Amino acid sequence: MNYFHFPLEDWTNSFVNNWLLPVMGGFFNSVSDVLGAFIEAVTNLLIVIPPEVIAVILILLSWKIAGKGLAIFTLIGCFYLGSVELWSAAMQTVAIVLVSTLMSVLIGVPVGILTATSTVMDKIVRPILDFMQTLPSFVYLIPAILLFGLGGVPAVISTFIFATPPAVRMTSLGIKQVPEDVVEASRAFGTTKSQLLFKVQLPLALSTIMAGVNQTIMLALSMAVIASMIGAPGLGSTVLSGISTVNVGLGLTGGLGIVVLAIILDRITQGLGKRV
Amino acid sequence: MNKIEVNNLTKIFGSHPQQGLKRLKNGEQKNEILEKTGMTVGVNQASFAVKPGEFFVIMGLSGSGKSTLIRLINRLIEPTDGEVLIDGDNITEMDMSTLIDTRRKKLGMVFQKFGLLPHRTVINNVAYGLEIQGVNKEERYKRAQKSIEDVGLKGYENSYPNQLSGGMQQRVGLARALANDTDILLMDEAFSALDPIIRKEMQDEILHLQNKLGKTVLFITHDLDEALKLGDRIAIMKDGRIVQVGTSEEILENPANDYVSNFVKDVDRSKVLEASHVMKKPEVLMTYKDGPRVAVRKMEEVGASSIFVVDKENHFKGLLTIDDAIRAYKEEIPVDDVLITEVPSALPHTPLNDLIGIAVDAKYPITVIEDGRLLGIISRVSILSGLVLGKEKDEVTPT
Repeated sequence: MNYFHFPLEDWTNSFVNNWLLPVMGGFFNSVSDVLGAFIEAVTNLLIVIPPEVIAVILILLSWKIAGKGLAIFTLIGCFYLGSVELWSAAMQTVAIVLVSTLMSVLIGVPVGILTATSTVMDKIVRPILDFMQTLPSFVYLIPAILLFGLGGVPAVISTFIFATPPAVRMTSLGIKQVPEDVVEASRAFGTTKSQLLFKVQLPLALSTIMAGVNQTIMLALSMAVIASMIGAPGLGSTVLSGISTVNVGLGLTGGLGIVVLAIILDRITQGLGKRV
Repeated sequence: MNKIEVNNLTKIFGSHPQQGLKRLKNGEQKNEILEKTGMTVGVNQASFAVKPGEFFVIMGLSGSGKSTLIRLINRLIEPTDGEVLIDGDNITEMDMSTLIDTRRKKLGMVFQKFGLLPHRTVINNVAYGLEIQGVNKEERYKRAQKSIEDVGLKGYENSYPNQLSGGMQQRVGLARALANDTDILLMDEAFSALDPIIRKEMQDEILHLQNKLGKTVLFITHDLDEALKLGDRIAIMKDGRIVQVGTSEEILENPANDYVSNFVKDVDRSKVLEASHVMKKPEVLMTYKDGPRVAVRKMEEVGASSIFVVDKENHFKGLLTIDDAIRAYKEEIPVDDVLITEVPSALPHTPLNDLIGIAVDAKYPITVIEDGRLLGIISRVSILSGLVLGKEKDEVTPT
């Protein structure tokens, strides 16, 4: 099928080397600085607070939102993370997940609202989302290093790319699912567009949006682990060093830590979604 | 001045409505336009006027454009052509903010599918229209409370819509429209989703409320009986056109064309009228716990020779004659033992036709019972008057 040569590789490289890095480098540096400082602040906060305090908060939260079962699980999980000396690694992972989820929600939900209300936006955004979800994550780990260096910042950026689509899609779905007769009745009583959004559409879409946020957190967690390859600190780097030194025990220890975090975060956010 | 005035109002659904409009004005029919251009004529040059305080019913079968028409009045659907004057102001030329203001202040609406907000309690649903106008909390709850009481939903303020039956949900819908205190109520098949008994109840209720509050009502229905019962005047729609406007008498006696006369020819009184239409509330009614003494006194009060006995839930127990009541009182035997339980009975939907046979043989009035509950009684007189006077509109309405 090679009727002609398509030099995508060369084009991309010369674009990155001749324009993106020299011209936009400064911009990316400042983004990197701001985001880096933010991630560091969150990480430091989570590490400075005594593990016992965080554990108690998590257990109470689990109890309140998902019941006794999860509270017991959280208790055991926290003891586990402490006893295998992975507490601070776990907090570093949580920090990256929190920051990237925050970004995903802040950007994803408004974009979801736009796509629900405008077919043009929907047509533009949909392929972008497909691209973000299916492009192998390693592909954008490489430019992430080039643009943002090693460490937490490229991790958060690539996690954001990977984890935002469900927030957009589920927000859009939730709003489209609001029954037409409810919207019509609201309009008949003189509801403005913004009132319709905040008093009718968003409240009725909230549980679907929360399901999207739950998915975003889960994806963020899985990506935060992969991002250890580009120097993101946390449980992922524990697993990574387990792999590179063929240390099965270390790999399992770190891997179980990730499972513990995943279950706690998933159940809590799912519980939140059911309550609204 | 007319409250609502509609002039040559037209709605064409499709890609080139203006082109369709030209064809329509050249006299092409709805189905020709659909065939040639693929566009649907929803409403075809409709004109009518509604006077203040009038109950105006638009009647048509499904697909006649009546639901589109009512949505053109408050511009939930944008008209293609024509004008709608609300208190003399042309709503089709309003900008968005004036339109929203008009909807808030002048046009309440009740929907077939209720359209309640499922995440809000009854009172917050009813107060919704005021909330979006920025009325403060105290004031809007006060007004919402009043309209909740007006529709008989007191005690359900903090329930959610999905906890209520269909009839009660529609009461919430009605209360929401009343809370805004608009002069005009638009009702789109408001009672069509309700079962017949609730529906009749709501019909009586809306007539009562309209009398009390003096609203102008534009009511859409596909049910001729409903139209005849409720409407001061009725407009009959077919294929997007209004084919006749008139009082129910005018429409029954002088149908404008074959379509209308086809409609009304089936209005055979004895078949159309049902037990529930001619039944009356029993004048004297006692519950179990009232003893025979109370029964005698109640009968004495209205000069009746017998009394109907029900329990607390209004389940029919039997008939107590004055002789038996006195005997029970003197000999101190329980009312139960002297009740006459074999009383002729009918369902609310039993046609009047079938009641005639029962009435001839019956010693006592016919009871109308559903699910064991006593809804009303029918005397021989009310069957006959229902048949004879049925042609006049007033008698169609059970009073």
